[in-house]
Amino acid sequence: MSLTAFSHGPSGVTVEPGAQKKSRMAWFLLLPGLVYLGLFFITPLISLVITAFKEAPPGAFIGEYVTAFRWENYTEVLSLYGDHSIRSFLYAAAATLIALAIGYPLAYFIGVRLRPYPLWQSLALVLVIAPFFISFLLRTVAWKQLLADEGFIVGTMKAWSILPPDAHITGTSISVIFGLAYNFIPFMTLPLYSSIERLDLRLLEAGKDLYAGPVTSFRKITVPLTMPGIISGTLLTFIPAAGDYVNASANFLGSTSTTMIGNVIEANFLVLQNYPHAASMSLILMSAILILVSAYVFKSGTDDLL
Amino acid sequence: MKLGKYLLPLYGILALIYLMVPIVYTIAFSFNDSNRTNIIWNGFTFDNWLNVCDAQGVCEAFGNSIVIAVASTLVATVLGTAISIALVRYKFKGRAATTLLLFLPMATPEVVLGAGLAAQFLNAGVPKGMVTVILAHIMFSISFVVVTVRARVAGIDPRLEEAGRDLYAKPSQVWWKITFPLLMPGIVSAALLAFALSFDDFIITNFNRGPVNTLPSFIYTAAARGIPAEANVLASAVFILAILAVVITQVGGEINRRRLKASA
Repeated sequence: MSLTAFSHGPSGVTVEPGAQKKSRMAWFLLLPGLVYLGLFFITPLISLVITAFKEAPPGAFIGEYVTAFRWENYTEVLSLYGDHSIRSFLYAAAATLIALAIGYPLAYFIGVRLRPYPLWQSLALVLVIAPFFISFLLRTVAWKQLLADEGFIVGTMKAWSILPPDAHITGTSISVIFGLAYNFIPFMTLPLYSSIERLDLRLLEAGKDLYAGPVTSFRKITVPLTMPGIISGTLLTFIPAAGDYVNASANFLGSTSTTMIGNVIEANFLVLQNYPHAASMSLILMSAILILVSAYVFKSGTDDLL
Repeated sequence: MKLGKYLLPLYGILALIYLMVPIVYTIAFSFNDSNRTNIIWNGFTFDNWLNVCDAQGVCEAFGNSIVIAVASTLVATVLGTAISIALVRYKFKGRAATTLLLFLPMATPEVVLGAGLAAQFLNAGVPKGMVTVILAHIMFSISFVVVTVRARVAGIDPRLEEAGRDLYAKPSQVWWKITFPLLMPGIVSAALLAFALSFDDFIITNFNRGPVNTLPSFIYTAAARGIPAEANVLASAVFILAILAVVITQVGGEINRRRLKASA
């Protein structure tokens, strides 16, 4: 199919005189952007691969490495940071589930219930994207202060005996997962909304006419029809959550016991200057995510990624 | 079923309130009469808003963020728009590879993108600074521009351009008088998205900024000792401007649609 533009148009259609020029035009339009991505996306990945094999020569300064073929970098980071890796994926999975549990009903409310009121629908959507416009670091700090031990929320929960008097929320796994979920709810809600907005309500009525209960019609009609939104929403939440290091940082919602892969990569690269470890850890994270994503996308049967 | 009727709206509204809580908190604390750390409410003041540059380095960081966001938005929007047009309008070899190349940066965690670029700059001996941050931001913005503009290109009725050509418009005239104006809303939303992504980016920036501070990196560094209220002022000001712009375009568009419907 793609060859036709280079030779002649499909048979039976008069070939435009500019057809040849057109295909050259395509490359004129594509090349600058693709070359850019080649230089600043592909070659950095190659740099990571090279760096991940480097070794420190004898008597090297901190941060001084030479090109080598040191596989041990991988085994070292896996034994050093295996726990952090598992933790990252667990946190990200938990945050994704929470974001889905909050985002799906919210998107359904905006996309279906507010459908007769376009003005309210627009305003609700503005509120969903509002967090994009204010620094996510400041929002995370705001949660840290709201959830602080001496704060209103924890104080009330202790007064009502929901929490024991010596309990903390900040610095625990719970606050990190909570922060990750909060940060990515808009990323979850927007793709869900664009799927749910197109949901044909007559199909639900038809289900009802055929004696489907609300649970059955949700499971058999609503969920399958909004699957594209569920897939892109969960991916847009899970991927950045697994690589995040702000929420888990001790200055934000985490502590030394909540360190995630992102924190490990940051510390090795920017503080310890152990570039080979940072690079091998990055590649492990990226491969794990790509494997998970392709398995997930393959299983759900959508190839329409962009 | 009666319960379900009110339960969903209630849940939705609670979720929206939950989304707003830290935003309201951040804006409220921009008015806090704090002297050192901005943690405990100490009374209302306009001082932080009036003397916003008093906190050391905050205005410089803000200025850097604006320069980086404007520069990277311009380049990413041009590159991304060109790719979107090619993807929708032309047949070419390697379409699947192109789509994959555009999808991958969005599927890669930011920390990997940041570390990769930093490793490349390190290996090549490029000093980190404003330029390296701008280069990084262009890279991650392109894909988002393509996703946003592509839908708009696909929505253009090709007969409009044909009509232009039938009336002897030159290709450049067809582009500037027909295609470009029709694409404009898509390009504007893509540019706004790229600007917002760049302005708020911290992770990739932190790996490639060297000694240069942006507003997010300023906040991250300051978090260890206490973030000055002036940072809240700048973030709140940007937030209010952005929300006004969005509300005006969204609600304005909705009111227009209603008026058209009423007059039809």
